[in-house]
Amino acid sequence: MENIINIQNLTKYYGKHRGIEDLSLSVRKGEIFGFIGPNGAGKSTTIRAMMGLLIPTAGKVEIFGLSVREHKTDILRRIGYMPSETTFYSGMRVSEVIRFSAGLYGKDCREEAGCLCERLKLDMKKKVEELSLGNRKKVGIICAFQHEADLYILDEPTSGLDPLMQKEFFSLVREKSGGGAAVFLSSHILSEIRRYCHRAAIVRDGHLIVEDDVKTICHSSAKRVTIQGIEEVPGIQAKDVIRGEGSVSFLYNGTMSELIRALQGLAVEDLTITEPDLEETFLHFYEGGKR
Amino acid sequence: MGIYLHEMKRGRMGLLAWGCVIGGMIALCLLLYPELTKEGASIQAAIESMGTFTAAFGADRLNYAELMGFYGIYGGCMLGIGGIFYAAVLGTGMLEKEEREHTAEFLLTHPVSRSQVVTEKLLAMISQMLLLNGMVILLSVVSFCIIGEKPDWHDFFLFHGAQIVMQFEILCICFGISAFLKKGATSAGIGIAAALYFLGVFGNITEKAEFVTYITPYTYADGANVIPAGELDIKLVMLGMVYAVIGLIAAYGKYTRKDIC
Repeated sequence: MENIINIQNLTKYYGKHRGIEDLSLSVRKGEIFGFIGPNGAGKSTTIRAMMGLLIPTAGKVEIFGLSVREHKTDILRRIGYMPSETTFYSGMRVSEVIRFSAGLYGKDCREEAGCLCERLKLDMKKKVEELSLGNRKKVGIICAFQHEADLYILDEPTSGLDPLMQKEFFSLVREKSGGGAAVFLSSHILSEIRRYCHRAAIVRDGHLIVEDDVKTICHSSAKRVTIQGIEEVPGIQAKDVIRGEGSVSFLYNGTMSELIRALQGLAVEDLTITEPDLEETFLHFYEGGKR
Repeated sequence: MGIYLHEMKRGRMGLLAWGCVIGGMIALCLLLYPELTKEGASIQAAIESMGTFTAAFGADRLNYAELMGFYGIYGGCMLGIGGIFYAAVLGTGMLEKEEREHTAEFLLTHPVSRSQVVTEKLLAMISQMLLLNGMVILLSVVSFCIIGEKPDWHDFFLFHGAQIVMQFEILCICFGISAFLKKGATSAGIGIAAALYFLGVFGNITEKAEFVTYITPYTYADGANVIPAGELDIKLVMLGMVYAVIGLIAAYGKYTRKDIC
């Protein structure tokens, strides 16, 4: 399957300050790709490099097989972009902003824009500065989705949207992905990444920590073991130990046979072994696996 | 031409305001001209005795009591000052306002090249500047008709042509500066316009400050120089255009490479 996005060794310094260092990742056609990281990790820098808003210090960014540096305009024509903070020109109505955006793509998107406005329940006649944050986000969604794009780059798209609109938004994302478009989704909301993304990448401190299928990211880290009846970890490698009254919970990375051997003879009343959810994996990676 | 039309729409209120104020004030002066010329000779004598002020406003080279002298002095003040302030504020703000108001990300993530953005904004600024001068010329011509006076059309259009050239030079220089700014454009623009104006006045007052003629466009565009001479100083105009081209190169060069954060 061809790569829609191909980033190789992307590095960006703002003077001495590190933006992103040696990042490599790829996104395939029809894929919904999650991009996670704490504040200051380099997510915005990566997205800005993809959109041609900044020139990388090193490395290359290719979209649709073309270099962003050399073919920016052709590439942007096929991208629907939603920034995390939507700021529009003051004094313009929703309809004017949407039409201005469509005009810059050289397309007449009035029909599609009308459908989207209805779907997202947005009043086109209102002035953008009178809108709440959530409604401004909706304008951003319409500008991104009204023209038929091959790639959607969405930066924290659901922040500010109510749950009903979030659901509507993701059904829109799934429609586009189903139609063959790739979606690059940067988000802090891990349940969204887990539920909707096929693959994801985690960045921290300007570096890529992991890039893999969402399922594998969850699998490959330790299992969470919860034991009722004892409060001590019986001589095995355990991380993130939480002790309760008559219980202990920890992340365990070793073999099951070693765990069973260690638990033999102890007063175990109940034993639960689960996959850690993405929150735990995320925090595990966020904090560098330390607690 | 979406960006061009967008900028023309956004600038229309400012254009209308500046045009009405500058043109209105010149028109008002012209409507008072018949009354003032009744006192003509005595006023001219009084003005000529004002020392450095006389030279500062060009009244030593223009005859206040004559229509074109009067127009050169007042037009030189109103349009000369107002025009360069308009050009400077328009020029410095055009690129800077996108970053100051955080709309740069919205605009530049569309399929438009940086140079296309610069070009369309430049064309919009030039259009607005020409419309401003058009409004002023129209109001002046209407005023001439009302007071029943006929100007020397050659001197009239020469003066206005010189003013347009001066405003274009300042527009381009300020546009170049705008590419480097993330905020503070209005203050920078006003500062530049004021500095160039006062350099021009300074040059009028003393002959020892000849160097200012090579810095400020006020020298080649001043009615007090243009109208008596009957022509523009082409060498100074060309120098001014060199400054303008440097400004434009700076605008394109910087804006096409800038990181937008």
